[in-house]
Amino acid sequence: MKMQSDLGRVRGLGSAKSGSSHWWAQRVTAAANLPLGLWFIYSILAGHTASFDAVHAWLSSYFHATMMILLVISVAWHFVLGLQVVIEDYVHNRKAEIASLLLIRALTAFMSVAAIISVLRIVFAGA
Amino acid sequence: MAEFKLPANSVVQDGKSFSAPANAKNTRKFQIYRYDPDSGDNPRTDTFELDLDACGPMVLDALIKIKNEIDATLTFRRSCREGICGSCAMNIDGRNTLACLKPIEDIDGDVKIYPLPHMPVVKDLVPDLSQPYAQLASIEPWLKADSPTPPDGERLQSREERAKLDGLWECILCFSCSTACPSYWWNSDRYLGPAVLLQAYRWLADSRDEYTGERLDALEDPFRLYRCHTIMNCTNTCPKGLNPALAITEIKKMIAERGA
Repeated sequence: MKMQSDLGRVRGLGSAKSGSSHWWAQRVTAAANLPLGLWFIYSILAGHTASFDAVHAWLSSYFHATMMILLVISVAWHFVLGLQVVIEDYVHNRKAEIASLLLIRALTAFMSVAAIISVLRIVFAGA
Repeated sequence: MAEFKLPANSVVQDGKSFSAPANAKNTRKFQIYRYDPDSGDNPRTDTFELDLDACGPMVLDALIKIKNEIDATLTFRRSCREGICGSCAMNIDGRNTLACLKPIEDIDGDVKIYPLPHMPVVKDLVPDLSQPYAQLASIEPWLKADSPTPPDGERLQSREERAKLDGLWECILCFSCSTACPSYWWNSDRYLGPAVLLQAYRWLADSRDEYTGERLDALEDPFRLYRCHTIMNCTNTCPKGLNPALAITEIKKMIAERGA
């Protein structure tokens, strides 16, 4: 039985005094995704992803490898921030919420690091 | 998870039907949500057919006519009947608004009237608003200043400073906006909602208030403020034509500004 006052319940544990950096990072990565995405679409249309050899030659360039790594970081970051909001909105079981937040971070970290290592391998090992 | 289906004892059933007098020429049906917690029954929608030639022009006029002439148990809040008290906020024709400001003739077909969405229902069209009221109290909606009031008069404001409060002071706290907000539906236990955030901004924007920093501290929270995803239902539904979504964006901009 809960006999706490409405005001006591609403004040709860107080303000987290955070959230603005999440909000700002979401907007900065969204802005970064725009030029990076345009570059990526242009590269596909230009035929740089048409074959294994074409991709290889394309990502051997320092400029294009840099752009690709920036794209991976920005998209992965934006993806985690966005999905975190969806989970916090809809998953109200605290354990499930924390588990899914950790899971999307782990999966995204694994996939983006794997993508970055692949690009670096093309640039530096030439393989 | 968020609940997308009504619990079994909240499913709305068909209720009673009342026809208009036989000689009525200009009739309209009103489908009204009824719920009586004392009966233990599910909520139902009653249908009242009214003679519009013998009824005032607004939805509130129809509700009062039904209560006076057909079913005295119909329960709803009303006071000023001119859009300044905020009591008669309800969901009419699928949109939260004030019954006293909503002309019947603006509605096509049957007039469907429900309480404000996603709030506990006290009875019929009366929602329990204790939580939004407590949330309003939590943002301390009054002038806070350490400088003493000038001994010879009031705290002065320039015309430009006063103009910043326009579009904010007009809010009558009917909570049409908060109860139209999906983010408030899913997380009203922690998200303050558009009505309360508009009030918070009303004091942030007031040049006489000296507690801006403390107010921003209290708002900077992933749930209290940042559950707003700029869905804009609040601005869309406001019966006073105000823009709570803009006020919330201004708060976010103030917090971003002090961090940069």
